[in-house]
Amino acid sequence: LSTADIISTVEFNYTGDLLATGDKGGRVVIFQREQETKSRPLSRGEYNVYSTFQSHEPEFDYLKSLEIEEKINKIRWLPQQNAAHFLLSTNDKTIKLWKISERDKRAEGYNLKDEDGRLREPFRVTELLVPTLKPMDLMVEASPRRTFANAHTYHINSISVNSDYATYLSADDLRINLWHLEVTNRSFNIVDIKPANMEELTEVITAAEFHPHQCNTFVYSSSKGTIRLCDMRSAALCDKHSKFFEEPEDPSSRSFFSEIISSISDVKFSHNGRYMMTRDYLSVKVWDLNMEKRPVETYQVHEYLRSKLCSLYENDCIFDKFECCWNGPDSTIMTGSYNNFFRTFERNTHRDTTLEASRESSKPRAILKPRKVCTTGKRKKDEITVDSLDFNKKILHTAWHPSENIIAVAATNNLYLFQEKIN
Amino acid sequence: MFVRGLKRKCFDGEEDIEGTLAGIKAIPSYNLQRQSLLDMSLVKLQLCHMLVEPNLCRSVLIANTVRQIQEEMTQDGTWQMINTQSTGQASLDRLVSTDILCRSSRDQAEGKHVPGYGTFNKDFGSDQAQDSSETMSTASSVQAPRNLQSNMWEMENPQENKGNFPKSLDQIFETLESKSPNSVEDLFSEVDNSYYDLDTMLTGMMSNTKMGHCDSLETFSSPTNTASNSNCKSDLNDLDHIVEILVES
Repeated sequence: LSTADIISTVEFNYTGDLLATGDKGGRVVIFQREQETKSRPLSRGEYNVYSTFQSHEPEFDYLKSLEIEEKINKIRWLPQQNAAHFLLSTNDKTIKLWKISERDKRAEGYNLKDEDGRLREPFRVTELLVPTLKPMDLMVEASPRRTFANAHTYHINSISVNSDYATYLSADDLRINLWHLEVTNRSFNIVDIKPANMEELTEVITAAEFHPHQCNTFVYSSSKGTIRLCDMRSAALCDKHSKFFEEPEDPSSRSFFSEIISSISDVKFSHNGRYMMTRDYLSVKVWDLNMEKRPVETYQVHEYLRSKLCSLYENDCIFDKFECCWNGPDSTIMTGSYNNFFRTFERNTHRDTTLEASRESSKPRAILKPRKVCTTGKRKKDEITVDSLDFNKKILHTAWHPSENIIAVAATNNLYLFQEKIN
Repeated sequence: MFVRGLKRKCFDGEEDIEGTLAGIKAIPSYNLQRQSLLDMSLVKLQLCHMLVEPNLCRSVLIANTVRQIQEEMTQDGTWQMINTQSTGQASLDRLVSTDILCRSSRDQAEGKHVPGYGTFNKDFGSDQAQDSSETMSTASSVQAPRNLQSNMWEMENPQENKGNFPKSLDQIFETLESKSPNSVEDLFSEVDNSYYDLDTMLTGMMSNTKMGHCDSLETFSSPTNTASNSNCKSDLNDLDHIVEILVES
């Protein structure tokens, strides 16, 4: 297993036709959905590699004598405005805007240069030609258009494109910056939770996202399990939140690990903008933006791990950052777990499903069998005991197609795509 | 206030007979369990990645856990006892408590502590004593980390009391914050300066050190590979990369 191939982020674009993955080696691979054609009716919905490029390289910070990893932490697409596609990709320190464009025509018949590209002697030019466009094999080019650097002292954990499609935010452990897509030498700091005295540091920012419709609103989550909603119209520096979301702690389940498992690893607005979802170590919570006191829905992802927290602390698994995602209609949510399991929760029916992303269980076109973890003493057939779960196989990154029931699941260095079977 | 049921919670997770028997033999007290957690947390805070900046979120969470334990211990009045505690007797009990507290398999629990502490010795890598799963040998080795740990704090604060814990914890954050350029290095500046010497790096001593690190982390944690484990291996490649840069410049 080459660690450079470990997938670190997965993201569909706005139409769902493109799926981007970033990996630990700083590469971005984009998949494109094949169009259904009469000649290949069975290729409905297949995603094939469209473009691969090296987004970030490892860097060395000479001042601090520390390495800057090239691992892609997040990719976010921009809405398509012309023939080309644009996406933002970021590592710990630098965000880049990439343009992905197609070229399927080539100009031939230049006057000043010949077929090899060499310049012609002027006296050899005896007639004037108009270059013609000839078709060529499709070439997909990725070129960096902007580099947004030197604005983050700490590690970037989130980027989010604003609904105005002109600005975006980037968040690190202690600060959130606002950028304009056209301006790379300046960014505005909109949140700063760094204490004057670092000895007093007890809380960090873990994720941030813009509201899908209100371009002045964003949220950020913390390592203490809180979410703050901020309005950029109220002040230039949004250190004072407009809303503060926190669920009161259950005193009966208090332990030394309570804070760690309450740390929010991901926050996502629903598509309709009325809810947001947060993922902490053991659960996923859905919040109504109008109610700050507690979430409206809580789903247990792997409650059977609660009695294993000490072991999970020892092997650092308790610090794993799982992501979560909504389906298009916001009726189902999905998140990952261990042993290459991932879970979906239907909000209306309260039905939850556990599925596995593995080679054995995922033959092409085969239907996934639901899995079950045995939590009581007696193990039924096909059930898996908690102790036999593989904690190396963690599904941290998942993505749901914006309008169809197609999901992308990253299992270490493999990407799985599942589609709902339509009878 | 923290529920005294912590012990029972952890214990409830273990269902094998072996665990039950061990539990009957020597049920670890809540204090000892808490002490193990404290030790483990301190080791985690100090085992930072040398080449890459440590994960701030993880460090903050571990530090908060340590603070919680320390606050509770101060309230209990057990904090003062730590300084005077004799290491010999306590180590054996602590070994058992760790076993129950964080077991995935007996061997892992017993083997894990020592190599982790062992990296702080000047003898890296292969010089570390191999750990057998026998209680006696590990018991005496566990004794060493206790001293080592206190020595580490002492070396950083020669004037200060061993018990002056909060200051040391804050020092971790100061160095993480990097008042000076080499934040992580400051943490260990008293321990071994050659760690960061250019010469040391170029002669490949770092790679040996790294291997020692990896070995210790492998046995330290349960069967799963920790992220730091895989990072260690990629660090060897990164080290070559860095050596390339240094040589070229």
